[in-house]
Amino acid sequence: MIDKPESPASSRFNRRTFIAGAAGTAVAPLAARGVGAAVDPPGAQDATLPVSVTLKINGTNTPLTIDARTTLLDALREHLGLTGSKKGCDHGQCGACTVMIDGKRVLSCLTLALAAQGQQVLTIEGLANGNELHPMQRAFIDQDAFQCGYCTPGQIMSAIACVREGHAGTDEDIREYMSGNICRCAAYPNIVPAVKQAAPEILSHQQKG
Amino acid sequence: MRPFVYRRVKDATSGVQTLAAAAGRSDNAPLAHAAAQPLAGGTTLIDLMKLDVMRPAMVVDINPLAGTWSTIEPRSEGLRLGAMARMADVAAHSEVQKNYPVVADSLKLAASAQLRNMATLGGNVLQRTRCTYFRDVSYDNCNKRNPGAGCAALEGFNRSHAVLGTSEQCVATYPGDFAQALIALDATVEITGRSGNRSIPFVGLHKLPENSPQIETTLAAGELISGFTIPGRLAALGIPEGARSSVL
Repeated sequence: MIDKPESPASSRFNRRTFIAGAAGTAVAPLAARGVGAAVDPPGAQDATLPVSVTLKINGTNTPLTIDARTTLLDALREHLGLTGSKKGCDHGQCGACTVMIDGKRVLSCLTLALAAQGQQVLTIEGLANGNELHPMQRAFIDQDAFQCGYCTPGQIMSAIACVREGHAGTDEDIREYMSGNICRCAAYPNIVPAVKQAAPEILSHQQKG
Repeated sequence: MRPFVYRRVKDATSGVQTLAAAAGRSDNAPLAHAAAQPLAGGTTLIDLMKLDVMRPAMVVDINPLAGTWSTIEPRSEGLRLGAMARMADVAAHSEVQKNYPVVADSLKLAASAQLRNMATLGGNVLQRTRCTYFRDVSYDNCNKRNPGAGCAALEGFNRSHAVLGTSEQCVATYPGDFAQALIALDATVEITGRSGNRSIPFVGLHKLPENSPQIETTLAAGELISGFTIPGRLAALGIPEGARSSVL
């Protein structure tokens, strides 16, 4: 996958909507083309125009102007350059796009960016404290818990949640509660010890509050 | 995904009004085909919009209702669950686990931890079939998507399709486990709409396909599920050890 700032599809849309917004004359034909595909538009608002939203990403308020269709994953990757969260299946089955919203692990590919407004989004980029890795990041390196690394950001976000949810007590529990993250390289045997290594440190931090 | 207008509701009244106003223009479209779709966890809706199976012109984000509609209340006469409660929260609730293990298990053993954090109980019971012909719009002949167009599954790969409750128009299965638990426990579903609130036995929420498989529930466009009530306490009715995400 090529990590360009904008995919061809999204750049085409953005240019078109930008032109529509900047040059008022272009709005009418564009709106007609866009709405023609949908059934009976129920609102006065034009579905083809971009929407402004402010997202709280890794503690920073980030204003964005986006198409309403933009998922949180695409907002992170294509609009904010935060390419740590990965697009695997884009249908909620693989877990590569896992992020935390208000402290809970969710799938950013099935979350509309607009629906995430007002909530705290934490991505893999927000875990390290400067050059100091998060205990779970360090554990994945120590335990060699990945091969190609594509699923790893999602695995690490899920692993932290797995510990915080209280499901890192046994190997069986870890496997069950990490089962929403698929690894094509099958690094599973080393992911379990990585979760076990980081768990005490994460839990002691949690208790300190 | 096709363009849509995004609206976020303030409360249940404005949510129902927004959905009902949009529904009024699309005549008698069944809920699943309504021009305005409620968005809760999004795990079915966004997935099917990406596949072009669902094409709402408006998405009505009802997550602000979670503040009042996500309570988990064990009462002496039974258990009440708010429709916006997330699967994970209900599955992890100690009293639900103790007195309604089939409810906790049916939620805990479904999907993944991330999906269970997102998906609501109301959305869970309204999830759409996983029939591959329904999910693949390159097949025109799906009576759920295109009423009257036929059923590709009847002559296709249908080993995992329904055996009971089918019709000549549709052999799709219903995918949820939680709904089976609700039926087994004689649950009631609470519904909020334009003309107020109503409660019906949960078993009456879903319809058999018969001659109109596109009509999947008895909900009208503009109605929202607000909660579920499970009567009594039934201890030790869990899912057998080792069983997972399968119909009871």
